[in-house]
Amino acid sequence: MEVAIIAFVPLLGALAAISLRGRGAGFANLAASTGVLAAALPLPFVVQDAAAYYWGGYVVVDPFGAWVDLCTACVYFLASLHAIGYMRAGGRQRRLPEFYALFALFACTMLIAPLMANVGIYWITIELTTLVSTFLVGWEREPESLEAAWKYIIIVSAGISLALLGTVLLYWCGSLVLGPTYDMTWNQLASVAPRLDPVLLKLSFLLLLIGFGTKVGLAPMHTWLPDAHSEGPAPVSAMLSGALLNTATIGIVRSLFITDAAGVGRLPHAALVVLGVFSVFVGALFIVRQHGIKRLMAYSSVEHMGVIALGFGFGGALGVFGALYHMLLHSLNKSLMFFGAGNAMHRYASKRIEDLREVLRAFPVTGWLWLGGAVAITGAPPFGLFLSEFSVLRGGFVSPNVWAAWLMLLLLIVIFIGFLNHFRVMYFVRCEATRAPAVIDGDRDRPAGGSFGGRSQDDRDLDGRGRQRAFEVPPHPATSILWCGLPMWLAFLPLLVLGLWWPASLRALFRVIAGSLGVAP
Amino acid sequence: MLAAHLDPLAGAIFSVLAIAAMLLSFVMIASRWLKDYMLAFGAQSWLIALLSVAVARFGHYPELYLIAILTVLFRGLLLPYLLLRILRRLNVDREMTPALQPSSALVIGAAAVIFALVVAERITQAIGLTADVVVLALTVMLTIELVGFLMLSVRHEAISQVMGVLLLENGIFLGSQILIPGMPTLIELVVLFDLLVAVVCFGALVGFLVREVGSTSTRDLNRLVG
Repeated sequence: MEVAIIAFVPLLGALAAISLRGRGAGFANLAASTGVLAAALPLPFVVQDAAAYYWGGYVVVDPFGAWVDLCTACVYFLASLHAIGYMRAGGRQRRLPEFYALFALFACTMLIAPLMANVGIYWITIELTTLVSTFLVGWEREPESLEAAWKYIIIVSAGISLALLGTVLLYWCGSLVLGPTYDMTWNQLASVAPRLDPVLLKLSFLLLLIGFGTKVGLAPMHTWLPDAHSEGPAPVSAMLSGALLNTATIGIVRSLFITDAAGVGRLPHAALVVLGVFSVFVGALFIVRQHGIKRLMAYSSVEHMGVIALGFGFGGALGVFGALYHMLLHSLNKSLMFFGAGNAMHRYASKRIEDLREVLRAFPVTGWLWLGGAVAITGAPPFGLFLSEFSVLRGGFVSPNVWAAWLMLLLLIVIFIGFLNHFRVMYFVRCEATRAPAVIDGDRDRPAGGSFGGRSQDDRDLDGRGRQRAFEVPPHPATSILWCGLPMWLAFLPLLVLGLWWPASLRALFRVIAGSLGVAP
Repeated sequence: MLAAHLDPLAGAIFSVLAIAAMLLSFVMIASRWLKDYMLAFGAQSWLIALLSVAVARFGHYPELYLIAILTVLFRGLLLPYLLLRILRRLNVDREMTPALQPSSALVIGAAAVIFALVVAERITQAIGLTADVVVLALTVMLTIELVGFLMLSVRHEAISQVMGVLLLENGIFLGSQILIPGMPTLIELVVLFDLLVAVVCFGALVGFLVREVGSTSTRDLNRLVG
């Protein structure tokens, strides 16, 4: 039942969005996302041990898939809320139904991917997520966004074709044991894993790792990520970063489970750890010297995907628990950061960090939320990511790859300083009076940018002019405060709560998931 | 598995078809004309369909006849037609400034074949399946992969990059026909369908690029850095 809701409600939402005119589309999408959230929230706790198969064994609802769906559903709901306010402030109002239809379709592909039991079908759903989201990335139809969309579809399609090669080799590997025709499900392969040929298995794992790793945004295959995340509308960036990366991670983790069951040695874990450390390293380098606010968030995603990869790579209960917790917290936190960045971009009509100054004067309330989110995303207490990163680190210190844990610790400190320095400049460095945005009474916190769509193409050379225009746009209805501020609150509060208190039910759930991944808690 | 004990005639037919398909991928790196890419891709798809028929005939996999028909329809006719439509919308008909001259690209392609052969030898020895057809299928599959990536990296026209991605898929599809003919039909059908959707998406994006950027050379897509 829940599965049917998760799979079909977004489709209905997409249909409703495309057929409704005007503002109804946004609300149709929001209704769909609410339905999905209601179905996905209890799902991991309902499933527990028993993985249930549906539709001829092609769909499996296991705790891990349900957990990733929960993360996706949260981001989908928050992004749908934010989209209503954000898209209203942007241009291209006439095409909005199309936007919401694509948005719901994108959510649908991401929600079904983790539930695919068959490796081949999973691969196809991942490919579908790319095809749908390309048009969301290129939504603005500006040269930059089209460039980002093009790089995204080409790099990811090429990368994911390596995963297809890996899938074919994996099928071949299994067919030497199971006979020429069999259902290539993750569990089927894991159950015969000890009899699989180790060389072929390792080869296919590495290909799957590189292929899905491209989609996850692990360095050095991350090159599409900063472009795609920075050029799409803010709700799309949140979906890409908070949800899509997780859905691709699940493929890597499930392949890792097969190699673990086969006992092919330390190579798979070591490969994942190396990619993870390198991602954190690349993230750190580009975070420290970054000029684009959304690119800053995008490189932070590369870093966090590195942390998740490290968690699963380190293995053991601590690493896996940390990585699972990190998935949800990163989803919430990165959504918060992208919402804040989107609001600020509309307000200042620029995406350069240098142009965003005295943010608290422009956003007296949500400015604090954004700052809190920035502190949280660097892994500082009392927020959730501190707990999860700490857990991953502890997992690293008891794993064979202790060097990676030390390196990760060092890089996290660098990122902490680099990331928060940008926020220090944006919040607390005073600039001459003319450069500060005027706060007009009665419309605080609103995203200003009535002609955003037409302007983003040249925001690098727009200096005073762009900001000047931001003051001229007519005030938006007060509801924009609601739509742009509410999702930030909804992301921030769980982040704080989960940082102060790691619920026992989640621990129990993680124990079940770790067990299903062959990790003894 | 099928390829491990084939009668010589079937083995010979498989080999000829696979090698011919591999050579067609070299047409792509040897030519600068965008239309040649499309023709080579179409011809390669027809060869793969023939290969499916041969596997169906000699390996007794009747469902592969269906796959062969669909391969011809989708990869052999529909995709080239869609590509042709994209090509007509472009204002270029050949690669103006490839990063690598076709001659040098061919040399690298030759090196790729040798590399693929060595890798295939190693894999087949490791798993104890040293039949010639298996080695050949792996070699051809890996070669087409490498050539596809070569296309992606040294060609700048958007359509060449699309061809690169399609080449990657064709290579995998070809290898899978020989190595895993028993792969469930459903998966192959969905992959075919997925490819179609992908090409439609590529086409739409190329259309936007032409309209908004005014160029389809990825050389001009250099605004986003850092």
